Amino acid sequence: MSPPISTRSAIADALAGWPPPVFDPAGPYAGSITTLAWVLLVMSVVVLGVVLVALWLALFGSKRQRARVGGTKAVWTGGIIFPVIVLTLLLVYGLSLTRSLTAPIRGDEMRVRITGEMWWWRVAYLDGEGRATMVDANELHIPTGRPVVLELESSDVIHSFWVPRLSGKLDMIPGRRNLMRIQADRPGVFGGQCAEYCGGPHALMGFVVVAHRPQDFAAMMAARRTRTVALSPQAARGAQLFADAGCAACHRIAGTPANGLAGPDLTHVGSRRSLGAGILPNNRGTMIGWIGDSQAIKPGNRMPRYTVLPGEDLQALAAYLEARK
Amino acid sequence: MTSETGFDPKLYDRFPTREPRPEGELEELERIWHAPTGWARLTVVNNNFIGTWYVGAAFLFFILAGVLALVMRTQLALPLQGILPQETYNQFFTMHGTVMMFLFAVPAVEALGVLLLPQMLAARDLPFPRLSAYAFWAYLVGGLSFFCSLFFGLAPDGGWFMYPPLTSIAYSPGINADFWLLGIGFIEISAIAGAIEIVVGVLRTRAPGMTLDKMPIFAWAMLVFAVMIIIGFPSIILGTLLLELERALNWPFFDPTRGGDALLWQHLFWFFGHPEVYIIFLPAAGLVSMMVAALARTPLVGYQLIVLALLATGFISFGVWSHHMFVTGMPTLSVSFFSAASMAVSVPAGIQVFSWIATVAVGKPRNNTPTLFLLGGLVTFVIGGLTGVMVALVPFDWQAHDSYFIVAHLHYVLIGGMVFPLFAAFYYWAPMMSRRALSERLGKWVFWLMFAGMQVAFLPMHLTGLMGMPRRVYTYLPGRDWEVTNMISTIGAYMIGLGVLLFVIDLARNFRFTAGDEAGNVYGGGTLEWLPTGLYSTRSIPVVKSREPLWDDPKLSDDVEAGRYFLPNSATGHRETLITSPIRAEPEYLQIMPGPSAWPLFAAIFTAGFFLLLTVQAYNPSIASGVLAVLCVLRWLWETDRPVAKAHADVGAGIILPTYATGPRTHGWWAMTVLLVVIGMIFVMAVFSYLYLYGVHPSFWTSPPDAPWLLPIIGGHAAAAGFALLARRLLARERTTLWTPATLVLIAAGFALFAFAIDWWSWRATGLTGATSGQGATVHAFLALQGILTAIVALMALYLAARNARGIVTRPRNNSMDLTVMFIAYTAAQGTLAALLTRLFPGAI
Repeated sequence: MSPPISTRSAIADALAGWPPPVFDPAGPYAGSITTLAWVLLVMSVVVLGVVLVALWLALFGSKRQRARVGGTKAVWTGGIIFPVIVLTLLLVYGLSLTRSLTAPIRGDEMRVRITGEMWWWRVAYLDGEGRATMVDANELHIPTGRPVVLELESSDVIHSFWVPRLSGKLDMIPGRRNLMRIQADRPGVFGGQCAEYCGGPHALMGFVVVAHRPQDFAAMMAARRTRTVALSPQAARGAQLFADAGCAACHRIAGTPANGLAGPDLTHVGSRRSLGAGILPNNRGTMIGWIGDSQAIKPGNRMPRYTVLPGEDLQALAAYLEARK
Repeated sequence: MTSETGFDPKLYDRFPTREPRPEGELEELERIWHAPTGWARLTVVNNNFIGTWYVGAAFLFFILAGVLALVMRTQLALPLQGILPQETYNQFFTMHGTVMMFLFAVPAVEALGVLLLPQMLAARDLPFPRLSAYAFWAYLVGGLSFFCSLFFGLAPDGGWFMYPPLTSIAYSPGINADFWLLGIGFIEISAIAGAIEIVVGVLRTRAPGMTLDKMPIFAWAMLVFAVMIIIGFPSIILGTLLLELERALNWPFFDPTRGGDALLWQHLFWFFGHPEVYIIFLPAAGLVSMMVAALARTPLVGYQLIVLALLATGFISFGVWSHHMFVTGMPTLSVSFFSAASMAVSVPAGIQVFSWIATVAVGKPRNNTPTLFLLGGLVTFVIGGLTGVMVALVPFDWQAHDSYFIVAHLHYVLIGGMVFPLFAAFYYWAPMMSRRALSERLGKWVFWLMFAGMQVAFLPMHLTGLMGMPRRVYTYLPGRDWEVTNMISTIGAYMIGLGVLLFVIDLARNFRFTAGDEAGNVYGGGTLEWLPTGLYSTRSIPVVKSREPLWDDPKLSDDVEAGRYFLPNSATGHRETLITSPIRAEPEYLQIMPGPSAWPLFAAIFTAGFFLLLTVQAYNPSIASGVLAVLCVLRWLWETDRPVAKAHADVGAGIILPTYATGPRTHGWWAMTVLLVVIGMIFVMAVFSYLYLYGVHPSFWTSPPDAPWLLPIIGGHAAAAGFALLARRLLARERTTLWTPATLVLIAAGFALFAFAIDWWSWRATGLTGATSGQGATVHAFLALQGILTAIVALMALYLAARNARGIVTRPRNNSMDLTVMFIAYTAAQGTLAALLTRLFPGAI
């Protein structure tokens, strides 16, 4: 049932830079831009070649060649006619592609609201009426083969949502709602990170999209809704600590009294592939490190350090959160 | 041949004159133009000094910002390094961008204008030497203090385009952002001052006979540059004012919860910010056109096409600003328009590139340092232009935007389009200011290090961006394959640094400033800056008959030096230059120029003091400093606008010109007109902001004051304008006493004040404050602008009264009076328009 991800660290897979994600699309929206990118790249190399040849002839060419490059006629041909033709063709291509990529949203697509926060992402799966049916953070699960509409918003400053293998980027602007379509054609894990400078640890604001086969996706979401959490004694102590240490002031865990909204929702934190907004793999060790001193990992983030907590408390908290799948 | 001013072009045939010049003329010129020595050297206003210092200061900021870049590249060489903590890194990249754009690039080209234009046009100096001095000192003092904020951890950290709400008080509570906003304040002032100087200088101080089509390309480029500053800078002036008002007074221009909008800032910023790129590039392109022709030893191919290209670039560049906002979710239709315009703007660039190649093909360029920098710059710029076309295509920009691809693109454009041409210019023109030329041997090392370093540093960055690395990140995670390209980029950056270091060594070894015995025309240029000069510029001002007068008339230098042309002496015993007509450059009158003065220097120091003290919230000292700045400006103006004893003077070959002129043909009138265009553009941008916020959030709009309030407001403005115009009329009447016009101007100022007060009061009565909503904020922004204008009106009226009291207001017309009246009339017009707009649109709701 689990999505087909490699045994390597999920983070490394999602965020790896080679092949360049812009040239390695995983869906139609990114794919058509990849085609455009190749066309543009070839155009650039050809035009640069023309200019270099002209310059070479001007400097080292025979008398006749230099006479051809050196005149108002050459300026007209090379500087006006040639670029106008190339640019017009490109413009027609670019505009028609823009039009098709911004075609009106049908309205029956799966919808998710993603809200940019300093410096993480709030994720809410929406029903037909726009109500949140499930809340998560820093990770988005989608079914393959169909478009998913993202409602991009911000609760503080401007952020920009960018998962290059699925789509171009779109800003999240306070007071506005931007709609973006993404689609993955095959299962996989696709990374991205905030692309609009948002102060502080903007550099460490990552995001992961996980695409599942439709039946796997449905099963996973259903499992999330129905799963009952069995806590080990250590995890149960962690649950108590979670309430006592003040974690619940900022974090929500569905089905428990913890109802804070300032920080990421932790209902499914145990199943996430990453911690700290896409910057650490999620395991016991990183969880302990993050709770104990997230400021050392991601300076300036809004979570205070808990260096006062003894090791066993951190262990217990981590065990509890690990169980929240 | 027809004439523009009634001047008979046949008179030009009297030159060169034959008779020997009287003894002692040259000595007198030298005495009059002598520069003070010792500490008093700081009071010089001559363009030879100010221009050189200006270039030097800009270069200093280039090095400072470059050092910041090297530290950042060191931090990014490997993932998760701790050389720069996050906050410091954020300040570094903000300062790198800000300093490079505002303290290096724009001032550098402006400085070259101050230095080169008078020589190229064979003017004695720019028309407002004290304004140049003021602009330079304000820039140097202000810029250095601004830079020092870095040492106290107070430097801005919002990125060079400072997007709110990140830079609003809620998310940037410290004074770092204020440093940016106010720090940019005096850069704006000095840029505007320089633009006025350049427009008037290019259009009114050209050598006789230098018609527009014989003007050096650099002068054309600087003219377009200055006009673009005049149109573009008001937008950022208003933007910074609004953001500072939001931060200081809680007026919600950019706060969506109260009817503001974050994107308003982006529109205001980029309406300035994109033309800014061409503001930097066009003068550099002008330099390239000049140097290519000289170095290839052949006239420029396609002069007219290039002039058209410069004008077209200036025009189109104001229609492309939103391509910085393709990812903000703008409607497809507007996105398409800006995409098309962004592609169109590359056509004029193509024209220039192929003209330069054609010139190279016709001529015989040699393998020397300036030529290398020109060709290296050309190739680099073409690559930047091509990636520019790529990101002009909207869907590709969705991927490339705000990634390292953009970092690569903008550095290719700016380094290829501006920095390499600038270094070519350093090597090409240094012999004009220095006893020794710079070293060819070192220069080639400098070039190859910088050129190779540039490619090594920035070519891989395209790939880094396509690999998903966003810009403005202080570090990145390991295991993402970004290490390789980042390390290569860092190596390239150090190569550039090494090249610049070698250049500094070259400067230290070979550059020796002089205004008399310079190394001279090493590369054989054909334009007027290569005439022999002293501090007075050329001994006499030649009649210009072609675009490369030195190539076409080999005797020209000797004739000019022997005083066989215009103004071979000081005709009045003062510093002076010829004012010529804007199109055909026919001599019109002799302008008396001010000499050295400490007041511009003091005014600049107090201006910088005003902004800096305001930043650290020392309000009372700040106001005191501002008042002192104004007093210093008035003190320096006090000595100007005074007719000399000789009403007419012989400017050579028996041609007689007036020494005092009034009315629309004076350089002062032109400068005031340009200034009013600047103020008008600020107003236009405020109108845009008002309409824009209404368009975004109409639900926040409330009813304006009742329409009858308009009566006293418009009546007051009409009375102000009417009394001012009447005053100017009565000045011409000998029967009235001198006090009548002065009193009328004071009354006019009173009415201006009255209209403003009523306007303000009527809004107050509605209960709408600046902090209420976007409407309240923009309405109060109009009021603030009107308040500033009204205060200036009052100041001008009092100044005029004081001049009147000392009996230095001339009849029948007087420039101080004319300019005051113009300003009052403008203030009345703007006040009326603002009052009408805010009350009648969107109408009583």
